[in-house]
Amino acid sequence: MLFFKRLLIALNLILFSSMSFAQLTIEITRGVDNPTSIAVIPFQGIESLPEDVASIVSADLRRSGQFAPVDRENLLSLPQKEADVFYRDWRILGAEYLVIGGVERVANGYQLRVELYDVLNQRQVFKKFATAGAGDLRSLAHYAADEIYEQITGIRGAFSTKIIYVEVLRNPNDPTKATYRLIHADADGARERELLKSDQPLLSPRWSPDGKQVAYVSFETSRAAIFTQNISTGERRQVTNFKGLNGAPAWSPDGQKLAFVLSKDGNPEIYTMDLNTGNFQRITRHFGIDTEPSFSGDGKGIIFTSNRGGQPQIYQMNLASGRIERLTFYGDYNARASLSPDGETMVMVHRENGIFHIAAQNVKTGDLRVLTETKLDESPSIAPNGAMLLYATQANGKGILAAVSLDAGVKFRLPSKRGDVREPAWSPFFN
Amino acid sequence: MNVFKTGLGLVVLSAVLAGCSSTATNTDGNTGTPSATETSSSAESSAVDNSSVTTDEPTEVALETTVYFDFDQFTIKSEYRSVLTAHAEALKANPRSVRLEGHADERGTREYNIALGERRANAVRDFLVLQGVDSSLLETVSYGEEKPAVLGRDEQSWSQNRRVEIK
Repeated sequence: MLFFKRLLIALNLILFSSMSFAQLTIEITRGVDNPTSIAVIPFQGIESLPEDVASIVSADLRRSGQFAPVDRENLLSLPQKEADVFYRDWRILGAEYLVIGGVERVANGYQLRVELYDVLNQRQVFKKFATAGAGDLRSLAHYAADEIYEQITGIRGAFSTKIIYVEVLRNPNDPTKATYRLIHADADGARERELLKSDQPLLSPRWSPDGKQVAYVSFETSRAAIFTQNISTGERRQVTNFKGLNGAPAWSPDGQKLAFVLSKDGNPEIYTMDLNTGNFQRITRHFGIDTEPSFSGDGKGIIFTSNRGGQPQIYQMNLASGRIERLTFYGDYNARASLSPDGETMVMVHRENGIFHIAAQNVKTGDLRVLTETKLDESPSIAPNGAMLLYATQANGKGILAAVSLDAGVKFRLPSKRGDVREPAWSPFFN
Repeated sequence: MNVFKTGLGLVVLSAVLAGCSSTATNTDGNTGTPSATETSSSAESSAVDNSSVTTDEPTEVALETTVYFDFDQFTIKSEYRSVLTAHAEALKANPRSVRLEGHADERGTREYNIALGERRANAVRDFLVLQGVDSSLLETVSYGEEKPAVLGRDEQSWSQNRRVEIK
């Protein structure tokens, strides 16, 4: 029953107004060479359901690049319970796994049943139940996909997580005028919800580690200022209001501090602020540009971008000793680095031959790998399970979001139906 | 004397244009000189220009209000010294609050570009202060790449976005 409780907690956190059409649509551009074939049977209920649960589950699994869901028209039968499962049918089809399930109405919402079968070994792998409020069927579908993904790959699924990004609708007659929207959505781009709208730039959204708040930079006061906002209540707090730069917020792993950049002393330097006491601490002292701080997973170090060596490169500071060391040596422009949840990989914006890509560097060996082939790639944000990262790039003259796995084997894009989208931030796990 | 100065201006301008076209092919753009030396030399040369600006240019001529920069650079190029000196003279004659808005092109990360835009705005501020403008009149703000002047994705557009606007 633990999972059940966990899910209820997670679903309670989700605040959603009404169903809306996804602004982002998914195009898978590359998957692994031998994805696992899986048949997901349409989930039926006692009444017609507002969402096609099985298709959401299939889309989640396909997007991971690790799975090849069987096309619905090729399904040989539509089993609804274990007794209806004939393993031979699915073996003939080449499916390694089979998913069946159903949705029932319960008080205040729905109950989902999801069953996973191992076709080759002819056995039921699991049978799980979960409930959610009315209108939250998508969360149940993402939950089912998470459980299937984790069972088969051994990696925790991140389909129930959320993303925040910035949408920009530019005035075609005056490019300096635009409408900026901070958008909250499911990891697949569905159920978008506006967190903030402004006629001045918004950028650098960052989730608090508990997933309840977002910090960002807003120019609404005619200058840059850092705000935090409660995602469910919308309550906002202006954290900084100094002369000069107020930018690049980053949460400490315990959520108690924010690191950011201020130039109040004449030069862009990194500071930390205790969110409870309001106490400031200056971290860097250099005449160069220091910006884009990001905490290490243990909170004991900060990695940041600095041009102290002449060009932007990534440096790391030990907060206890104050010792600084340079981390990047390939390329003449490395910036906006962050670490994977396991701390083994650092991702960043990397320029090679004048083109900006997303690159991953092995923290131990220093080996660097370019992950993307597009141009003007920026703002990498790693999923909480460390499997993929979201980034912003350009396609057909528009800003779009795209994702790539940390080994570059899986890629998909989330093009926007309107405007430019950018500055993606992938949420943490919610439980 | 005037003729000589105009001719010199044209020579400088064409040299700068030649420099621009070469940076267009080499998007790397590491062509600037270190800012410290540039700032000090600009102070000297613009001091010489002062007289010509105040005497030669009638006040009804609207001053150019945008200064452009090379990629990843915040050095004021020599071609903008005379117009900035003219701004300084105007501000000294008629003090008013001025907002210096720094911008960058879209290449590179957004927060780094905001820092770069601030450096550019500060370079213009420092130049004006060296010319005797009261620093309390000058506010700098950087938008980085968030407010491009033009939307194109080529060197021509980028060069128009790497700027400081005097407002």
